[in-house]
Amino acid sequence: MSDNNETAGPVNEPREDGPVRKVGTPSPAEDNTLLAQEEYPAPAGAGEELDEREAKRAERIVASFFLLAFAASVAFIVYFIGWSGRDGGMHGIHRAKESNLWLGGMMALAFLAMAIGVTIWVRRLMTSKPIVQERHALEADTGTRRAFTEAFLEGAEDSGITKRPLLRRTLLLAAAPLGLAPLVLLRDLGPLPEKKLRHTYWGEAVKAAKAKGRRGVRLVVDGTNKPLKVSDFASPGGMITVLPEGIEENAHHVMNEVAKAVTILINVPADQFKPAKGRENWHVNGIVAYSKICTHVGCPAALYEQTTHHILCPCHQSTFDATDAAKVVFGPAARPLPQLPLGVEDGYLIATGDFPEPIGPSFWERG
Amino acid sequence: MSEATAPKAVAGPLNFLDDRLGSTTFFNRNLKKVFPDHWSFMLGEIALYSFIILLLSGTFLTLWFHPSMMETHYEGSYTKLQGVKMSEAYASALHISFDVRGGLLMRQIHHWAAILFMASIMAHMLRVFFTGAYRKPRELNWLIGLGMFTLGMVEGLFGYSLPDDLLSGTGLRITQGVAQSIPLVGTYISMFLFGGEFPEGNYGDLIPRLFTLHVLLIPGIILGLVTAHMMIMWHQKHTAMPTQKQTEKQVYGYPFYPVFMAKTGAYFLFTFGVVALLGAFAQINPIWLFGPYDPGAISSASQPDFYMGILEGSLRIMPNWEITAAGHTLSLNVLIPALLPLGIVFGGAAIWPFLEQWVTGDKRHHNVNDRPRNAPVRTGVGMAAVTFYGVLWLAGANDVLAERFHLSLFATTWFFRFTVFIAPVLAYIITKRICLGLQRKDAAIAAHGVESGIIVMSPDGKFSERHEPASQEQMSVLLSKERAKEQAPAADANGIPAPNSKGPMGYVRSRLQRAWTFDDIPVEKHDHGHDGNGHGGHDGHEVEGREPKQISH
Amino acid sequence: MKRFTAWRRRPWAGYAVVLAALAAIGVIYAGFTPQSDRAEAANATQAAADLENGRQLYNKNCGSCHGLNAEGTKDAKGKPIAPSLLGVGAASVDFQVSTGRMPAMNPGAQMPRKKPVPDFDTTIRTDYAEPEKREAAEKQKAQAEKNLADLREYIQKLGGGPEVPPASAVDPKGGDVAVGGKLFRTNCAQCHSFVGSGGALTGGKYAPPLDKNDVTPTQIYEAMLTGPQAMPVFNDTTLTPKDKQAIIAYLVQTREEPNPGGNGLGRIGPVSEGLAGWLVGIGLLVLAAMWITAKKPKKLKKS
Repeated sequence: MSDNNETAGPVNEPREDGPVRKVGTPSPAEDNTLLAQEEYPAPAGAGEELDEREAKRAERIVASFFLLAFAASVAFIVYFIGWSGRDGGMHGIHRAKESNLWLGGMMALAFLAMAIGVTIWVRRLMTSKPIVQERHALEADTGTRRAFTEAFLEGAEDSGITKRPLLRRTLLLAAAPLGLAPLVLLRDLGPLPEKKLRHTYWGEAVKAAKAKGRRGVRLVVDGTNKPLKVSDFASPGGMITVLPEGIEENAHHVMNEVAKAVTILINVPADQFKPAKGRENWHVNGIVAYSKICTHVGCPAALYEQTTHHILCPCHQSTFDATDAAKVVFGPAARPLPQLPLGVEDGYLIATGDFPEPIGPSFWERG
Repeated sequence: MSEATAPKAVAGPLNFLDDRLGSTTFFNRNLKKVFPDHWSFMLGEIALYSFIILLLSGTFLTLWFHPSMMETHYEGSYTKLQGVKMSEAYASALHISFDVRGGLLMRQIHHWAAILFMASIMAHMLRVFFTGAYRKPRELNWLIGLGMFTLGMVEGLFGYSLPDDLLSGTGLRITQGVAQSIPLVGTYISMFLFGGEFPEGNYGDLIPRLFTLHVLLIPGIILGLVTAHMMIMWHQKHTAMPTQKQTEKQVYGYPFYPVFMAKTGAYFLFTFGVVALLGAFAQINPIWLFGPYDPGAISSASQPDFYMGILEGSLRIMPNWEITAAGHTLSLNVLIPALLPLGIVFGGAAIWPFLEQWVTGDKRHHNVNDRPRNAPVRTGVGMAAVTFYGVLWLAGANDVLAERFHLSLFATTWFFRFTVFIAPVLAYIITKRICLGLQRKDAAIAAHGVESGIIVMSPDGKFSERHEPASQEQMSVLLSKERAKEQAPAADANGIPAPNSKGPMGYVRSRLQRAWTFDDIPVEKHDHGHDGNGHGGHDGHEVEGREPKQISH
Repeated sequence: MKRFTAWRRRPWAGYAVVLAALAAIGVIYAGFTPQSDRAEAANATQAAADLENGRQLYNKNCGSCHGLNAEGTKDAKGKPIAPSLLGVGAASVDFQVSTGRMPAMNPGAQMPRKKPVPDFDTTIRTDYAEPEKREAAEKQKAQAEKNLADLREYIQKLGGGPEVPPASAVDPKGGDVAVGGKLFRTNCAQCHSFVGSGGALTGGKYAPPLDKNDVTPTQIYEAMLTGPQAMPVFNDTTLTPKDKQAIIAYLVQTREEPNPGGNGLGRIGPVSEGLAGWLVGIGLLVLAAMWITAKKPKKLKKS
């Protein structure tokens, strides 16, 4: 805007049109009336006079912005009714893009043109002058305060609440349980935690498999449900996300069970793998399985770097060492990822038990 | 318009209301209410208008959104996800994006308005803080504002959890992990929140619950608070920046009707326009790229919206402290970052007005704002808080920083671990020094005037630059600074110590007060020329006849 | 001669040449078929020559780091400098060399993608207007392709390993996008992000972006198959060729689809969105506020 060049900027710049006064200016922070009111004797808002030619020009500019806004809103409606619905309405990404651009663009244009028009109107054509108003004291005077206090105490006295403590106390007694009632009502928001966080579907699935005379449950690739043979997963440096076989068909709450049972299977080169004490037979030639749920706050920790054998969680960068029982190397997680005991049956990779400890983030009862 | 007769269209309803409510008295009193002008006073308006946009666009979205975790197979027009198993919430969000005309625009407008809502509240609060506009009598409005900001964070978190895409599900997963880590009741809170185990509970309750909170309860509370905020502001009258015509007793500015009304109306349109502009040309939260939530899937660069970034950053840089004893686990690695930084920033902001009053003993009403330089300790503390917040914010994006600038990820974590302590202290010191320097400059101008650029030679051959007295307007701005005096001795005339100076608290208070005031620089108008710099007029009162043009800004 | 040049410019000339060439090949092939042992002998000689070419290229470009017999090298302390190439297979060679990662220029946290060395640069442009230049470029490209093939063959012969996938296996049109999306989000997005825009790893390493200019479908396949650098291996028995094709289909569709909501802001999620909200949103509105509250233009007033 051409009129913006010399005028933009905060208004606490010196006001050149301000009156020139002869006295040293005391700090406005002090409680005194600084402004001589007689400088604006005119009634509030009495108009400034405009240069009629400039005003006419400004009026035309404002009007053309309003016309532009009008055109844009009309275009918005016309596009919507006449064009966006062609060939049976909006379908798919290309039409969504087109529609977003047209509708959004026209909407933005309409609002902005109107905003600019109003702004120019205010700045150039409104003739109100700045005015001064008193700031009244907010607080009541002492008399009022005293009168209120007296009335209040009198009321309390009249009601008898001060004189009759039995009434007061039994009323409070009656109200207290009522206040608790809503809290009690919230009890059925959810079940109690019990031992739910301590088990995963692996345990259930292994139990079911053992009941059928097998040694454990097969590992299937998450997404394709392909059971994995040891020979399938023989490439060193391999990684894949696995679930217990049958979880999608048999689990009661599939999502909840997947959220606990999801596991990463990693093929660590056997010569670099250091099995933890007591877990010497939990891996198959360096093929090892850890819970995918980070022990920090539960994101899937799955960035496996085959050069460093680090497992990194992309949320908060907790880092675990896949060669060393998923020990924490860096980051905010405090505990290693739980390890799943693996075995082989009929050439297939199987889990022979549940995770030995609760998976995922810590909790108070975890111990 | 001496014989005022309102047109019938106005007079009719006006009289109708007046006959029943007596409203004309109120209208008459407030029609010309004065609003002082300053660009920074409009930051809060962005928040107000974004909130209106949020209500409108949000209502539009509810017409198609299904807050349900029931499993379904997507059959809509976005080809890449056809046949994919997902929740109804996600499927309906896709439907809004790709099969409802203007739906994508409304989704984007809603999200951009949320970003602007939170950003403008932050900017507005910084303005209020740095100018001391929260001081008595406005502490209540400060607290209400803080409450709305907190609610806004929760509202935003719930809102972006609703579409049930992979990114928002990751956010919920983290929320659940944090909830679970709360000592004693964590697992119960988590189970009660989700209606069972993460993510679906026993009946898929979470999304419907979040939906109700997001569209009804929290916006309702915010709406109430907004109303209270505006009414209090209206009643107390807006603060003003120190300029010549503003005093503690008077407010100077344009009348509400018609000028301020038109200005704020224009700003309403600007806010709408900018949000629509962003919605049309900048893609936000492309849930179709994220895919449905899947507890086994995750993406790199999983970040929350910016206003939650401080939590994310604190979680990332926290060392892995965890205490396990007597069969119980205390996750300091989760609890401390979840509570402490926000506690410091929000708690500090909440008690600050009262702390400042206690320290300075200043219980007066303040209607004219401070210039930030004139309260160096406050400005320094504010900048320290901004730095603290900002560092944690950046730490929340450390993976994006590491990836974009090819830095070592762990090195960025270590960098932020130290910076979060060092940078705020540095920011405090540097800010305070800058403030004091500016005060000195003000003092020099007030005492000696502004440099005119005119070199004069005195009769004995000395050259000196002539200083012109500052303009009256400038002087009133400069002199708005109060002399920060130490309080009177902590004992009254009878030798009885003042009650608030006794004991350890009294000691703390006097120390803090000293810190607040000891290096204050008086900005005063001197009545006599100094250093041989010839003033225009030797009498300090004699400023008549100067040309206002001489002060260049 | 002049007439010939004029002919060459006819619209049908290209087809004619192709037809003629096909005919010629047919004739030559027909000529060779009866004498199959002669052809075999010729093929064998040719194969030996190719292998020799591969060996020479290896010695020239790779041997200094990977050792003369591709057994890998170690520094004085026994820390590996370059890995053994025995068993890495043709797929690995093709990925590393065609993306320019190998031969490596300088050791760093990670070998970046770059323009392949001239010997193997199959991406050079050949669409020159001048026939001589075009011919030369085409020749160079053909030579680069042959070089790459010879080098692949040489390494493959040394220790076996995964082969380069056939074109049909990497055709994005043949994959199931829905399955591909699920597999990508479960196994790839944690490093490469939802849309394949890449992400940070430890120690200055990074998962590279998977944009159109970064990686071809064949290279995506090879990367999954061989696990270059820090990337894990997804062999064909874990993620079957069909699964890989699905992932490729998903990725190619994702990177080729437009951003319906406007500018994608780098498709990196809330970080750039927050930045845009502050810089563009709050920035524009502050400018508007300054304009609205600025002093009235003076010239309008009648003085």
